[in-house]
Parts: sequence; structure tokens; C-alpha cells
Amino acid sequence: MSFEVQGSLFAAIVNLNHPDYYVHWGFILISLANLIVIIVLVALFVLAIGLPFLNVKLLPKRQARTVTVAPSTTGADDEEPVGGWTTKTRQLGLKYLPPDKLLPDGQPAYVASWVYVFGVLTIGALAVAILSGLILAIEGPSWWHLSSLGHFVNSMHLWSVECFMGFMTVHLWAKFWMAAWRGKRWLTWMTGVVAFMVSIFEAFTGYLSQTNFDSQWIAFQAKDALNSAGIGSIINPLNFGQALMLHIALVPIILVVIVGVHVMFVRVRGVVPPLDVRPVDLEDASVSAGLVVQVPASKVAQAEEVAR
Amino acid sequence: MNSWKADEALYARHWKGRERHYDIVKEASIAFLVVLLLSVGLAFLFSSPDTPSVTIQAWSKAQPAGFVDVALSELNDTSQSATYGQPYNTGSGSVQFLGSISIQRALGVRYPLNTAQDFVLNPLQTLPSEPQLASALRTYQQATVRQQDRWVNTYSKTVSKEKLSSSFVPRFVQGSGPVGELMTGLLAMAQSGALDAQLVSHSTFYTTDYTKPILFIGDSFAAQGNASYWGKIVASEHLTGSQWGVMNETGSWPGQPWLWLYTMWYQISPMSTSGNADILVISIMTVLTVALLLVPVIPGLRRIPERVPVYRLIWRNYYRQNQE
Repeated sequence: MSFEVQGSLFAAIVNLNHPDYYVHWGFILISLANLIVIIVLVALFVLAIGLPFLNVKLLPKRQARTVTVAPSTTGADDEEPVGGWTTKTRQLGLKYLPPDKLLPDGQPAYVASWVYVFGVLTIGALAVAILSGLILAIEGPSWWHLSSLGHFVNSMHLWSVECFMGFMTVHLWAKFWMAAWRGKRWLTWMTGVVAFMVSIFEAFTGYLSQTNFDSQWIAFQAKDALNSAGIGSIINPLNFGQALMLHIALVPIILVVIVGVHVMFVRVRGVVPPLDVRPVDLEDASVSAGLVVQVPASKVAQAEEVAR
Repeated sequence: MNSWKADEALYARHWKGRERHYDIVKEASIAFLVVLLLSVGLAFLFSSPDTPSVTIQAWSKAQPAGFVDVALSELNDTSQSATYGQPYNTGSGSVQFLGSISIQRALGVRYPLNTAQDFVLNPLQTLPSEPQLASALRTYQQATVRQQDRWVNTYSKTVSKEKLSSSFVPRFVQGSGPVGELMTGLLAMAQSGALDAQLVSHSTFYTTDYTKPILFIGDSFAAQGNASYWGKIVASEHLTGSQWGVMNETGSWPGQPWLWLYTMWYQISPMSTSGNADILVISIMTVLTVALLLVPVIPGLRRIPERVPVYRLIWRNYYRQNQE
């Protein structure tokens, strides 16, 4: 495929390469493009709350038999545990994150709103950003300036990041108004906030790594803020090599780990119940604390069959 | 409203009501596909910005007198970079304080910068030997600092009368010693593109550090503002600090709207006029970030959502079914 054909294939349908319109209101000055992004996010949040959700299929009420077990033995290890770090790690994993919690096929019936999809959309956008970033990384930092295909991949990277930050913002708003930190879920909230902050830094290093006018100007402007706080002594935004390494190696690893921990906390603690939930809809405290576990009747019967 | 402790105990209990079917793998796959299609669609529709870098070559060709004016300030150590302070040197021009504390100063000089040597004299020494230039360099370096300052100041007075875009660069000005010769050589070097390469490559073959050329170009914006070559571009693109530039992007693309709060503080007094604006804004944002992080444990703040009935809409099906 010739360069010309690629160029016409990947050229923008809407030309944004002209000075933007700016909205000036008092001391507020905002570009039309940024304003549209903010309006879209607010609209998404309102629609997600307001629109009726899909007709959800309720599962048959799970019959459960309550059995009392010691908290340290989950029944996961059929044989006598050998001991050691590996066994303990497995036991901890099975205690706090058994397979049906890790990959659930049911959710509480109250999890029925479009607002819940923004968490997984954020992760989807992160995956697209990483994949498009990997292609850019394979070809090197200058490729996208020279190749129309490279420019297209860069555009995908940019828009997946805009989606990532946007979906994460809506997710954050939703979780705030749901007070999703309730019921000992404060670590879930905190890891989410840390992920948001790390994402802002990751985006910043991305802008520094573009090797164009944006990188120059953002580096020049950012240096004063970073220097004033002493951060500039460690992270020099004018050093392209450092910014690129941070952007494609260190910070993404930290971000993926934090997002992973965040998701794990969601799975361990479960989705927060509604405010003013009826106590009758919740397990007894002893069951929730793990002193008593509920085992579905089918599984008990299966275990009894095996034992016979 | 129950006590926080009682509510915590209640909300920590597991759900035992009805469950709905939920396919986490399917949901994640659909979300990935939706964003993939969205990103591809938006990339086709709007592409992405790529404004070429500004070079010293382009700057010195567009504004020869402006370039020489800045080069002179590098030579007599009066530019923003020369007087910046840590982490570049021991100046105090851009060192910021929070009260009487300066973390910036405490961490010392990390990337040593001597603008006269790094931006002017060392690059000139790399030029092929020209008797006039070599003699001028020797004369300048052997003179006392006081003499050097006198020469540069005398030359500056002549250059500062010119428009920034003027190509008039005198080789000799009465009372300026060898400075005219040095500036003629440096301008020719800049306009040929050799200075761009020299400032990044210095003494090594490979390089990834653009600290020196960006600081050099940046000094033109610091000294000449929106009239400078760089300043004209950034002001027309609404990228300066007073234009909420941190959020903005070149062209008509969205930038980083998530930085709206950070940028907003710079527009408000006392930050809008303070020499310590950056450290003040960073301090405010640090406090706000910690507050956001600690919402679950800050009394009052953690119960705000209970007072605003957005949650009634989110869980309206649950509340309706309970009423029924």
C-alpha cells in the first residue's frame, strides 16, 4: 500500500486542525472541544442514572444450608495441607476470593443501572490504550510523525485515553453519590482515587513523549510546578528519555497493579448495598464475618455423595 | 440516621436477597469491543494533533534580533534560566517558597546549567576554526566579568532598539568588544540548525535529554512574552497559563479537561499574581487530593451522598420493589 493511499485512508473526516472556539465567562476560559467533552460526560452520567436498565433475569432463589466451620479451614483443601507460604497463599485466596466470587455469574438484584457499566468501560478503555500504545512502542517514538498508519494508531491511543479518563470520571461521580465506601469498602474507594491520580500522571508523561510542539510546551510549563515542589529534582519533564520510560514502563505497571487491586477489592467486598437497605435483605453479621458460611444445598449434597 | 459505626456494621453484611444473572466475562468483552470501536471511530473522524516542534533554527530565522537579544541575556547571566535557581543553578529568580520553606532550594542543584558556557561559548567553540571568531572568543574569555558585562550591556542597548523580527545584527558596536563577532557567529550557527544539534548532543552520540534547548527557547518567552516567536504560537493556541492553557490542546482537539481544577487555581488571587503560584497551587491540590482519598473516614464529608437523593434514582427499582 502506497503512502498516498494510506494517507487518504487514514485522513480525518472532520478537520480539527484549526484554531478552536473559546467560551469566556468571567474568569473562566474554556475551549469548545473541552466544553463538549465535559457536557458529554455529564450527559452520560445523567442518562446512565435516568434511563431504565435492561430487563434483568432474576436467578432462582438459591437455597442455602447454613453450616458452621472454623474460619481458617474453608474446605477448599480436601487433603491435609502441607503447609508453607504456597498453601497459606492458596488458602487465603480461596477464603477471600473463591472462584465464584472472582468470576461471578450472579449479582445482587439491586445492581441494575447503567451507571454500573462505567467501571468495566474504564478497564476496556485501559486495555485499548495499552494495546494501541504497544503498537506505538514497537515502532518507536517517531513513527507516528512519518507514517499515516502510525498517526492513525496514535489517534486511537489519544481517543482511548480520552475515553479512559472520561469513563473513570463518570465512575468516580457514580461511586461518590452511592457512598460506595460504606461497609468497610474504604480501601476500594482509596485504590480507585489513587488509580485516578496515577492515570493523570500517566497522561502527563504521554504528552511529554509525543516529540512535538505539545511535548516542548508542556515540558516547559510543567517544569516550574514540578521544580517548586522538589519533584523536578527527580522527574525532569525536559528529559524526553525519562518521560518516555516512565510512560511506557514504570507508570503503566503501577497503574495496572493498582487497577487490579481495586478490582480485587470490589470482588472481595462485593458491590455496596443501597443506602437505607432493609436489614432483612442482608445476612446475619456472623455469616458475613465468615464465622458461619452458607453453602448452596446442591454443593452440600454433592459433597455428601462424594463422601459416601 | 444511625451512627456511622452501626451503619458500617450493617453495610458490611452480605446480600442475601434475590440475585440477577450476571456474566462478568461477557460484560468485560463487550466493554472492550465498545471502546475499541469507539476509539477507531473517533480516530477516523477526528484524527489527532501533531504540531511540529519549534526549533532554534526556525526561531532565529523568524526573529534574528529577538534571538540575539535572548542570547545576550544568556551570555551575561540575566536570562530566566541563568537566574532560575535550583535544580539548574544557585540563582533565586524562580525559587518558590511556601511560607519560609523552599523544598526546591533544599534539594539543591541537580542539572547544572551555566547559560553563558552551555548556550553560547561552548557551541561557538565547536565551529570550524575562523580566525576572527576564535580571536573574539579568546578576548571575551580572557576579560574580567565586569568588562564582559560592560560589553554585553553596550551591545544589548543597540539590539534592543530593533524589532524582534529585524535581521539587523551589527558585527561591531563601539564599546562592545568582541560581542558583535560572537553574536554574528552564534546567529549563523542557529540559522543553519547546528545550534539545535549542538545543544542536545553536547559530547555524546545518543541523546534523549532536551533540557538545554527547551530552556533556551523558553527564555525568549520569559523575556519577550507573547511577542516572542514561541509566545506568538502558544498565545494563538490558547496555551499560556493565564488562558487555562494546561487544559488546552493545539487546534480544536480536546486537551486534558481533567486538569480544570488544577488550572483554575492559577486564575484566582493570590495565585494569579504570586511568584509562588506553583507551590501554592500544588499545596492546595495536595490537600484536596488527600481529602478525596480520605472521604470514607472524614465525618460529614462521607455522609454527603445520604443527603443528596441521587442514590434514590440509582437504586429506584430496589426501593420500588420494597414499597410493593
